[in-house]
Amino acid sequence: MGMRKVAVIGAGMTKFVRRAQETPKELSWEAARMALESCELTMDDIQGVCMGTAPDAFDGVHIKSEYLSDGSGAWRKPYMRSYVGGGTGVFAPIQGWYHVASGLFDVVLVVCEEKMSSYYPHAQAAFLTIFDHTTERPLKPNLLWIFAIEMNRYMTTYGLEKKDIARVAVQHKRNAANHPCALLGEADITVEDVLNSETLAWPVQRFDVSPVSDGAVAIVLAAEHVAKRLTSKPVWIEGVGWHLDTAYWTNRDLAYPRYVEYAARQAYEMAGIKEPRKEIHIAEPYDPFDYKALHHLEGLQLADRGKAIELYLNGTAAPDGNMPVCPSGGLLGVGNPIAAAGLMKIAELFWQLRGEAGKRQVSGSPKTGVAQAWGDLMQVGTVVVMGR
Amino acid sequence: MNERVAIVGVGWSGFRPRTPEVSYKELIHEAAVRAYADAGVDPRADVESFITVAEDFIEGTSIFDEYTPDQLGGALKPMHTITGDGLHGLATAYMLIRTGYCDVVAVEGHSKASNILTLPNIVAYAQDPVLNRPLRLNTHFVAGMEMHRFLYETDTTQEQCAAVVVKNRRNALKNPLASYGADLGLEDVLFGPPLAWPLGVRETAEHTDGAVVMVLASEKKADLLAEKPIWVRGIGWCNDSPSLESREWGTVPYLQQAAEMAYQQAGIRDPWNEIDFVEIDDTYAYKELQAMEALGLCGAGQAGALVEAGATELDGELPVNASGGSLGVGTMLEATGLMRTLEAVLQLRGEAGQHQLEDVEVGLVQSWRGVPTTSGAVAVLSN
Repeated sequence: MGMRKVAVIGAGMTKFVRRAQETPKELSWEAARMALESCELTMDDIQGVCMGTAPDAFDGVHIKSEYLSDGSGAWRKPYMRSYVGGGTGVFAPIQGWYHVASGLFDVVLVVCEEKMSSYYPHAQAAFLTIFDHTTERPLKPNLLWIFAIEMNRYMTTYGLEKKDIARVAVQHKRNAANHPCALLGEADITVEDVLNSETLAWPVQRFDVSPVSDGAVAIVLAAEHVAKRLTSKPVWIEGVGWHLDTAYWTNRDLAYPRYVEYAARQAYEMAGIKEPRKEIHIAEPYDPFDYKALHHLEGLQLADRGKAIELYLNGTAAPDGNMPVCPSGGLLGVGNPIAAAGLMKIAELFWQLRGEAGKRQVSGSPKTGVAQAWGDLMQVGTVVVMGR
Repeated sequence: MNERVAIVGVGWSGFRPRTPEVSYKELIHEAAVRAYADAGVDPRADVESFITVAEDFIEGTSIFDEYTPDQLGGALKPMHTITGDGLHGLATAYMLIRTGYCDVVAVEGHSKASNILTLPNIVAYAQDPVLNRPLRLNTHFVAGMEMHRFLYETDTTQEQCAAVVVKNRRNALKNPLASYGADLGLEDVLFGPPLAWPLGVRETAEHTDGAVVMVLASEKKADLLAEKPIWVRGIGWCNDSPSLESREWGTVPYLQQAAEMAYQQAGIRDPWNEIDFVEIDDTYAYKELQAMEALGLCGAGQAGALVEAGATELDGELPVNASGGSLGVGTMLEATGLMRTLEAVLQLRGEAGQHQLEDVEVGLVQSWRGVPTTSGAVAVLSN
């Protein structure tokens, strides 16, 4: 039995900034309105709303979805929030996909919002409460050193060097210089700048990490018959995948994200992709840390284990390369308002595949792209394959 | 696309006001094992996707979805969390199966309210942080205001609200899962301790601990897995204004819209005559009456008289909350919608025991997420 085809027909994005003056509701609406205007729809045309946003602790609001509902346009509409931690930004479009593919909805709005600056003095503290209350919280683990452990493991397993991994941060931050919404775009950044930045938890240095940010992104999804009526350039959601691994992360192989591999295989199978390295033309892997982009490219089967760095060293990952990686600038360059950053990757593929990415437009008019996010305790992979 | 979706397995653990001997993971595991045995499925081999409904602040853990897979058998499988009521989770499973991509999906909801020392404070944190929270409104006080407005707009009486409590807690005496069964008179409720006038303590549901897991399947799998599949005929959900100052107070239009969505899918035009029993929100007694009207079971202001006349008793024309509802069973936080769905499934299978209703074919389940939300969901089920 064939599945209903679902297309992205519009996208909108606020600036990603360190401290937004807008409330979370206002950020949501700003992105939602831009997405609606981009496909010339109004809220009257929207039948349901899907929300993505990360921990309630950031805003200190219980049932945050309810608080955000009117800002995201859900007044008197079917509305739900899905949640897979950091993977939420790429899960929310999957949620939108099943809303439409189920046949219950023809047009839905997907909004992802994050405001991390409300958490004073620093949003990192919210993450102290994500760990197991009995076995881990007494150790007072900090996210940065958890990732330092993982980065170290990745480097040690494959014999990688910091000066090579820094190339990822350089590439993404340079790409972001062309993004009008970017927080940390820098056209002239060099490997030395990254290597000389402050050490946070060895081997993680300041420029290896994406910044805490505020922002929102929204997209409009439509069923095939509606999409074809509304736009001459629909971008189809061709495959979706999501996998959540066990909570016992300390038993996990930290050098390789198996959960991303499973999610990717799920999405590729739905999209009919057999040779991802040939069939994927553009990739937006999740890059909250520079090594993470490499980790995820390997999980996405776009590089052999330990070899993803070669895509950067030989120019494949550059905007004019054979498979541009994070042409948006990624989380490292544009910013990391958690859920919004994931949906930003979907919006980027939408713009790139339509040829509307402006100064960031990659060469070679790509036809198929993949976006991916990751989250929880190094635990969840969410993957969407899009094509025109 | 799969047009038809059925509930093919149910499992539960609890329900008791306190469960100090088990963790939430153990509660969930017990419910899951029962649900998988009931459906005859192996979660590792047969269940394609898993859904949990939960809220971070209730669990005391940020990004709670991290801790959802293991006890359900969902590790390294497609699994996600919905921060909604159990009926939102059920709707999600329903959509996933309808896409044609999944054939078997499990949904889980749980309540460990007894672990929470400061539940009223947590719930108060759901109010708008800028416009409402500075007023320091107690949750039950907001419900009391809504009740007052509902009574005023519909000429419903306090006696009619009390009759809901008497009925539901009496029904609960026949339900082994219910913790709050009691044989009360109207006066016991009317002259019981006040909470937030006109709302009384006895008109307010207490919490209970427990977990509910359900297995849903597409038509082609359902016929293989279940002797008595219970079909999800329609499901709807809707939100209204989150701020207290910009919403209706006497009526609940979001619930009306959610019901319309479910009725349209189920092809129901005359709910009172086409539906055989309902399990609906009674977190506060007046909510049952308000919901009956929003669901189109009767006109505005008529629900109270129907309850007084006995039309919603176990042997009435349309039994309402035969299980005892939240007033009799207890409320179960996010799992409340699944608790009501469980009752509907058991009734439709003819497995409800002492409080089994006769000749029931179509049941309706509804839930609301509590103060200050305007979030309602409705499901229509049939055997």
